[in-house]
Amino acid sequence: MKNKEPLILVVVVAFTLLTYWLVEPFAHSQMHKHVESEHFAYADLAKLTKDGDVANGKVLVTGAAACAGCHSITKEGIAANVDAVTAAATYGVNPPDLSNAGVLFEARFLADLIKNPAHALKVEHKFDAAKGQMHPMVAFYGAGGDIDQEIADIVAYLQSIAVTKEELTPKMAFENACGRCHSMSYENWTQIGEKPKFKHKKDSLAFDIKVLEYQDSIVKYMGKLPPDLSMYYRSRSEHFLSTFIENPQSQLEGTAMPRVGVTAEVAEKIIEHMADAGDTKRAERASVGANVMIYIIFFAIFAFLWKRSVWRDLH
Amino acid sequence: MHNSSRRGFMGKAFGAVAGVGAVGSLVAMKKTWDPLPSVKAAGFTTLDMSIYPEGKLITEKWRGKPIFILRKTKEMIDSQTESQATRDIVVAGIHYMIAIGLCTHLGCIPAYIPAEKEFHCACHGGQFDWSGQVTKTPPPRGLDIPPFKIEGNKMILGEVGPEFQAMKDSGVTL
Amino acid sequence: MAHFTKATSVKDWLNQRLAVEKIEKVMASEYWIPKNINFLWAMGMILAITFALLLVSGIFLLMYYNPDVNLAFDSVNYTIMREVDFGWLWRHVHGVAASVVFLVIYIHMFTGIYYGSYKKGREMIWLSGMLLFVTFSAEAFSGYMLPWGQMSYWAGMVITNIFSLGGLHMDGLVEWIRGDYVPAQAFLTRFFMLHVFLLPLAIMGLIGLHFAALRIPHVNNQDGEEIDFDAEAKKYLDGDKAGSKVMRFANDFMSKDMMVVGIYLIFFFYLVFYNYGFAMDPVNFDPANGLKTPTHIYPEWYFLWSYEILRPFSINIGLMAFGFAQVIFMLLPWLDRSPNAVPASRRGKFKIWFWLLLVDMIVLTAMGKLPPQGIFSTIGLVAALGFIALWIALPFITMNEKKV
Repeated sequence: MKNKEPLILVVVVAFTLLTYWLVEPFAHSQMHKHVESEHFAYADLAKLTKDGDVANGKVLVTGAAACAGCHSITKEGIAANVDAVTAAATYGVNPPDLSNAGVLFEARFLADLIKNPAHALKVEHKFDAAKGQMHPMVAFYGAGGDIDQEIADIVAYLQSIAVTKEELTPKMAFENACGRCHSMSYENWTQIGEKPKFKHKKDSLAFDIKVLEYQDSIVKYMGKLPPDLSMYYRSRSEHFLSTFIENPQSQLEGTAMPRVGVTAEVAEKIIEHMADAGDTKRAERASVGANVMIYIIFFAIFAFLWKRSVWRDLH
Repeated sequence: MHNSSRRGFMGKAFGAVAGVGAVGSLVAMKKTWDPLPSVKAAGFTTLDMSIYPEGKLITEKWRGKPIFILRKTKEMIDSQTESQATRDIVVAGIHYMIAIGLCTHLGCIPAYIPAEKEFHCACHGGQFDWSGQVTKTPPPRGLDIPPFKIEGNKMILGEVGPEFQAMKDSGVTL
Repeated sequence: MAHFTKATSVKDWLNQRLAVEKIEKVMASEYWIPKNINFLWAMGMILAITFALLLVSGIFLLMYYNPDVNLAFDSVNYTIMREVDFGWLWRHVHGVAASVVFLVIYIHMFTGIYYGSYKKGREMIWLSGMLLFVTFSAEAFSGYMLPWGQMSYWAGMVITNIFSLGGLHMDGLVEWIRGDYVPAQAFLTRFFMLHVFLLPLAIMGLIGLHFAALRIPHVNNQDGEEIDFDAEAKKYLDGDKAGSKVMRFANDFMSKDMMVVGIYLIFFFYLVFYNYGFAMDPVNFDPANGLKTPTHIYPEWYFLWSYEILRPFSINIGLMAFGFAQVIFMLLPWLDRSPNAVPASRRGKFKIWFWLLLVDMIVLTAMGKLPPQGIFSTIGLVAALGFIALWIALPFITMNEKKV
């Protein structure tokens, strides 16, 4: 009698794969709009054409440009004027510390941000100066000289004080670029920093109240509380996260989240930190997986050999 | 013979008694699954109706369900058709659209699209106009109106007032 | 009272008390299986193995899971996935096995339909199998609630709403099932109880019934051949192993079972470690939020075909069609009017019916996941009507089937 098993196997596998393709890759391609990555080129922003002068940049940042009026630069010994909660109550969100801005953000983004914050951040639908909706960050109108040169100087200065790319850890990237709006409870991160261990419950509650007050300010500023990102690595695809960080408007039109303006490498580090939080054991999974696969192939081979020996008498 | 039929009868009688016990325990089991008194008690929400801005959809919460509140604009009130007007709720002279913000098809929350003044349900494509009437199936009826009672410029959700009773009687809502 | 003698060995001691030798014969060495069967007959063993995987992984998950609406999500995603050593493994095994078990159930079901294994005394096998399908479905659904993510919450909302029975407006029944006006604490705890206790208990009982139902009519074979099991068994026991048409369950058939299981496990563990996304929907990694509906709500893939039968119609008709789809498979042994218990390939029109049903259910499955718009919605409606039409047509096309 002819052995029909290969044909049956082909039929079973074919229908299984067809169903899988329909409900997974095909259905998801229909449900989610595909956004192409622009590789963090920020091509809509003008390129920096001038070479910056670090020393003059420093003068501008601490002087005429008045950056230090709102931003701390802890690396340079410039502390924040007020604490995060008070700052958020004033500006909507705590203005970032500028120590590492030079390594986090793409130069052309920084330049455009200094000149026209709402434009660089892609939140002009929320902050339309013509309608009197001013972005909390005041634009830099120049210190009297060539404004493009001055901005190049500021960028050069910020780049000069920042840590190097290699020194920037995934955790630092996340906390600096995302952590003032987003919490990450699985990494013990709140919008006002890591929650310390308190000896007394009273102190712990006092800290929680500060977080809640800070969150109230962001809710007022953003419309809703930006989500906790602990599990976002598993609830969104890596491609989604990357293109969303690049340009939130491309995936979610009208969202209050600003464009972050990080470089491609920093975006990768942010996603790596999210993976550390949401898929902590991925390395262990890969190594255990390889061993289990090798074992299970041996299992199948031995099962086959046993079957053959048992069935020798049956034919 | 006499004995065996008597035994047959006693067997049935015992079966009947056991059956009564089983049914009795079912009552207890059914009751155990009922919503708890504390859950039921949490079912009333009082709203101050004077705080809502015109033309903007505000979502409140009642019994864990989202409640849509839309203070109608003058343009809406003027253009109201007869059937849209039956759903109109007036508190202290101000017109509102108030409804449970769950699609009457399978309970998703429709999103309000201000530009089109419509609700769109993401789950199965149902649509409702700004008065809460269904404009595209599968939902079988407009957005449900929660039981309400008007007291001055306050509204108590969960209690049945005469205005709600009238709506229910005329079939505007369930 | 039975007469006991001093035991000569441990086996003898057990034999006197438990009749282990007899049990071994009945269950294994003299449980006769026809030889002319193919690997599709190993699906039962694969299901048993998968159920065992679910049971074992479930036990370890149960040690850390917290059925509290405020803690459930974190107990799964933080405690089990990050803290418990190998917690991630149990969760992935559990999630993937819960999905794959349905693939195997469907293969098992369609094998039964193709070879006519629900006729001539095998009706109880079919019925108990369908009851298992129903309890497995309930088990899968209740388990899906437990991580308390967005899909848990909204699937719970949508599915329990079905019990308002459309035009009957039985909202009281829905609230009774939930124990609240919306899925909340009472809902989570009762589905937890169902998932870890009542339903597994029912499943284990039904598995016993399913196996018992198989014992008297024996396993069907791939040629629709009527085998005289007593005569063939005698031939085998007299030494003509090769000439007999039957073989022992153990070790003869079991060795083949295990070979198929080996290949299956390669596939299974590949999914567990490298391709688990289909079984662990990304949306469910967002914590449950009653005020925010996900953009797309869809059940797990194995419920999609019946979901799609519900969806394209207005609510009352949809519910009736849905109810029809739930019970109609149970009635298969009586809707098939032909006495032929042979493979569909030899049954003329029934062969066409079989493949149409399979393709129709795959189309329904695909459309059930896609957004209900435009062409997809039309295809879904046609496929749903096709499903109903196929089952209504079944008695008529099998009534006049030629006897083979």
